[in-house]
Amino acid sequence: MNNQRNPTISKGVDSTLIWLYLLLVAIGLLSIFSVTYHEGDDVLRSFLNFKTDYSKQLIYFFVSILIGLFILLTDSKFFTATANIWYAVGILLLLLVFPFHTEVKGTESIIRFGGFQLQPAELCKVFVCLALAKYLSRVETDFSKTSSHLMAAGIIFLPALITVAQKETGLALVFLAFFLVMFREGLPAGYLIIGFSLAVLVVATLLLDKNVLAITLTAIALLALYFGWRFTRQRRELVIIIAVVWACCVGVQRFAVPFIFTKVLQKHQVERIFSLIGRENPYAKLNTVEGDEPVVVKKDTDYNVRQSKIAIGSGGFFGRGFLKGTQTRFDFVPEQRTDFIFCTIGEGFGFLGCVVVLGIYAFLLLRMVNIAERQRSVFSRCYAYGVASVFFFHIAINICMTIGLAPVIGIPLPFISYGGTSLISFTTMLFILVRLDADRQMVLR
Amino acid sequence: MSVFNQSRSNIIRLIFLGLFLIIIVQLFNLQVIQGKYKQLAMDNAVFPKVKYPDRGIIYDRKNRPILNNTIMYDLVVVPNEAKKTDTFGLCGILGIDTAEYRKRMLEARYKNGPYRPSIFEDLLEPQLQARLDENLWKFPGFALVERPVRVYPFNAAAHIMGYIGEADSNIIRRSGGYYHMGDYVGRNGLEAYYERVLMGQRGVEFLLKDNKNRLVGNYEKGRYDTPAVRGRNLNTFIDIELQQLAEKLISGKLGAVVALDPKTGGILAMASGPNYDPNSLTGPNKQKNYAHMVLDVKAPLLNRAIQGFYPPGSTYKPLGAMIALDEGVIKPQSGIGCTGAYYGCNRVVRCTEHWQGHSANLRLSIAWSCNSFFSDVFRKTLDNPAYSGSRAGLVKWNEYMHAFGFGRRIGVDLPSEITANVPDTTQYDKEYRRSWNSCTMVTIGIGQDKLTATPLQMANAMAIVANKGYYYIPHFVKSIENENEKDTVLRRYRQKHEVLTHIPDDVYDIVQQGMQDVVEHGTARVAQIPGINICGKTGTAENKTVLDGKVIQLKDNSMFVCFAPREDPKICVAVVVQNAGYGATWAAPIGSLIVEKYLTDSLRTERVAEVKRISEANIIPEYFERLQYKTDSVRAFKWFNLTKDSSYIKKYLPKHGSRKVPSVPAPVAKKVEKEQMINKNLYAKRTTTDKRNP
Repeated sequence: MNNQRNPTISKGVDSTLIWLYLLLVAIGLLSIFSVTYHEGDDVLRSFLNFKTDYSKQLIYFFVSILIGLFILLTDSKFFTATANIWYAVGILLLLLVFPFHTEVKGTESIIRFGGFQLQPAELCKVFVCLALAKYLSRVETDFSKTSSHLMAAGIIFLPALITVAQKETGLALVFLAFFLVMFREGLPAGYLIIGFSLAVLVVATLLLDKNVLAITLTAIALLALYFGWRFTRQRRELVIIIAVVWACCVGVQRFAVPFIFTKVLQKHQVERIFSLIGRENPYAKLNTVEGDEPVVVKKDTDYNVRQSKIAIGSGGFFGRGFLKGTQTRFDFVPEQRTDFIFCTIGEGFGFLGCVVVLGIYAFLLLRMVNIAERQRSVFSRCYAYGVASVFFFHIAINICMTIGLAPVIGIPLPFISYGGTSLISFTTMLFILVRLDADRQMVLR
Repeated sequence: MSVFNQSRSNIIRLIFLGLFLIIIVQLFNLQVIQGKYKQLAMDNAVFPKVKYPDRGIIYDRKNRPILNNTIMYDLVVVPNEAKKTDTFGLCGILGIDTAEYRKRMLEARYKNGPYRPSIFEDLLEPQLQARLDENLWKFPGFALVERPVRVYPFNAAAHIMGYIGEADSNIIRRSGGYYHMGDYVGRNGLEAYYERVLMGQRGVEFLLKDNKNRLVGNYEKGRYDTPAVRGRNLNTFIDIELQQLAEKLISGKLGAVVALDPKTGGILAMASGPNYDPNSLTGPNKQKNYAHMVLDVKAPLLNRAIQGFYPPGSTYKPLGAMIALDEGVIKPQSGIGCTGAYYGCNRVVRCTEHWQGHSANLRLSIAWSCNSFFSDVFRKTLDNPAYSGSRAGLVKWNEYMHAFGFGRRIGVDLPSEITANVPDTTQYDKEYRRSWNSCTMVTIGIGQDKLTATPLQMANAMAIVANKGYYYIPHFVKSIENENEKDTVLRRYRQKHEVLTHIPDDVYDIVQQGMQDVVEHGTARVAQIPGINICGKTGTAENKTVLDGKVIQLKDNSMFVCFAPREDPKICVAVVVQNAGYGATWAAPIGSLIVEKYLTDSLRTERVAEVKRISEANIIPEYFERLQYKTDSVRAFKWFNLTKDSSYIKKYLPKHGSRKVPSVPAPVAKKVEKEQMINKNLYAKRTTTDKRNP
């Protein structure tokens, strides 16, 4: 504490991360600028009048930098000590949304006071990251026990479920990224295998006819039984295990998936998923039975992705040039300042520009993993992995949805997408990591 | 501690990099391999707006514009901006109901979308436009947009000028995609023939549009735009005052008048009756007027000067003589003895003259239009000893006729000219099973049989006689503005066609003298103009039609061809008036008036009364009334059968029909012979087929 004066604020700070951060924010500002700029605008004035999106984003950036500096000025022990309190605050904020939310574009996850909007679900990522790191780094936590696994999963799923209830499934999915942290900390690979199998099963359910799939599953079960019968002696256990697995699979395929697609997910999300895999929505009828208006045309859900693909594809190898893209400049891609900001880069700078941006991101992520691995404290390591996982999830899903590899779930591209809350929360996550890393020598555990 | 599970950090790194690799592969696929997205983005955002140039103007020989461009107004609407418009007020002004309003709005949305202007009502009447202009503030989303329209200051030359209309799918296909839907293109007349010259060059402006299809500016600051180039003007030979006179004279009649300058082949006037005002096909009522004319059985849209074919009758005789002279089968001095009929073949060809000596030589025979003489001349042409027989003679005769421009498209600069018919050996072979001789078609010699010609071909034949053996293809356009090497279209009109090479000038003089005698002492004396030597020839051809299964004898076609002045021919005229009687009654006075107007640039006062008399005469045969009724009712019946919509058929049904049914006119009485005897020298020869007994 005594030598935490200004000259020493930069001591131990990983300047690479800071530079990457500044580079990405700059790219983001230029991208937003190229979307909203109209020919003849006075650039300097509109950058400073705080009415246009890019000047607003500039304010958010200044705010973020202030918060970042503030974080750098604090003691790293502060985060370990207050992790659980922050988690509680986060959950409280999430719950406060229900009575106080204002509906914006179909989500119910935003609190508005004055001219300022707050999306607690965004901020919650930081808190969950801290809380998970705190839990995993406890001396008494033995992460080889199933109860610990369940506890950790609980920490993740509590805010995720609340977020789902706020119709922000996209943001809720981000919490799944924390499984990577748990994996690093020794979560048995079996969980991942089961998770992966489940994912395959769900995709197969969507792609195949349900009876064909049921017969295939049964055939696999019988084959497994046949071969298992020969190689094992504990035949009763074998039969029971196979029967239970088979029942689970068929249950998921027959009941769980239709349930999720008709009751849990919202119509537009279902449509997006089916438009991605290019099939008619078989649950559309089930949806309309309830007397709702029929689900209108998948054209609408296709539209975003098609326009986004046109934008990126029209960039070619070298791009059409800064401010030359017609797709992004004339609003053909909806939501392009926020979720589809990657189109601007793809159209303006082409394949080369995309690879450069992806390279910066890859460098950032690998740098985070390296930082994580050099930590002495489990808390810092877990936190670093948490940050890396969340970033990775955002980047991968966001870009994949703009190029038609993932369904459209509205999650922003870190540091580049327009939006105050997301920029501030990502900056906070990053600067806490920088702070923890700077103090890595001081911490013994 | 940190060593614990450290290997998993590599797995996490691999997961990160693996997914990034997948993304890069997909990006490579989208941006580099699949090229279609660039075009898709262009289609999305760039709207090529066509800029239409002004069409060229057509001038007459004294540089008076026969047609010109003017501005009319269309009412256009942007559907999305018209939500707060005063619907009732607008409907009141336009005289439509709200259902019609909604229908048009839907159409507009369907055609160009809700953010682009579409035409709500086109070509507004001036008063309507003024009223709308005053009240336009009440109708947001509506605007008046200029539109260039053709206007005809002299209300004349409709058939020659043709008209412009929207390009149909046929034209678009044939142009290889040059024209687009909604483009205006010349659909007939000079407008169509000189389309490439008149239309100019369209410009394209590439405009950017946004996601709602609104136009937001120029693409790449107009780097790829091309300017519109104004269409080039045409200078023609037409004398618009002469044209007006010709149209006035032929109105109320079926027929055609063609006047051309033999020295150049330039057409001075070409009128077809019944005619119409060209302005009726440009204004707000053009659809209605057009439909009305299309359904008219008298076919006012038909240009009979190039699309009507008539047996030339006696007007052919000078040509027949010249072919024979060129072939050397007759001499100008040689004659035959005629006592009122030609007995050289099995059948008798009657002649109106009986007195001895009217066919003593070529000049007299032309002057008295002796049927016997010209039947004989024709047979001599066919049975020319220089060839092996009448078959070869007919082939040779065909060659001459084709060279004169008969039996083929003469090549005037108007579309859809017809060939008419010059019978050849195949036609007779087919009909007579190859056994025929010169007697079979002997009446060709007096312009009958299967020989037909258009009035333009007849006028061109006069040019050959006047020019003593050559002609230029008749045409309207003298020159194109800024003519260059690429304008090959006029080249063939400047080429001299020498068709008769073996006749010395003094023999031409004899033929011309014979024709001058026709006007001075013969059948065409009404055509005389003091101080001008006119060479002419009348013609009369009988015709019939079949209506309701009955053959109706119609009055003869009245024909007159001439050129003047004889010493230095400046004008050739051919006049055909269908079902009007003798050549001298209607056609000759018309031809004479045209010549006088052109050569003296005015008409004598007593002739103005003649113009009035002729122009007010209505010589359209009465059977047309019945024919129109029949055609209309049949069409109504077909419509009813097709759609079960009885609104049209109703007025033709006896129960509802308050309409008088026109009856079939009685056959024209054949008292003509008596009349003919009285005015024996005044009228051209009747057709002398054996069907007619004196």
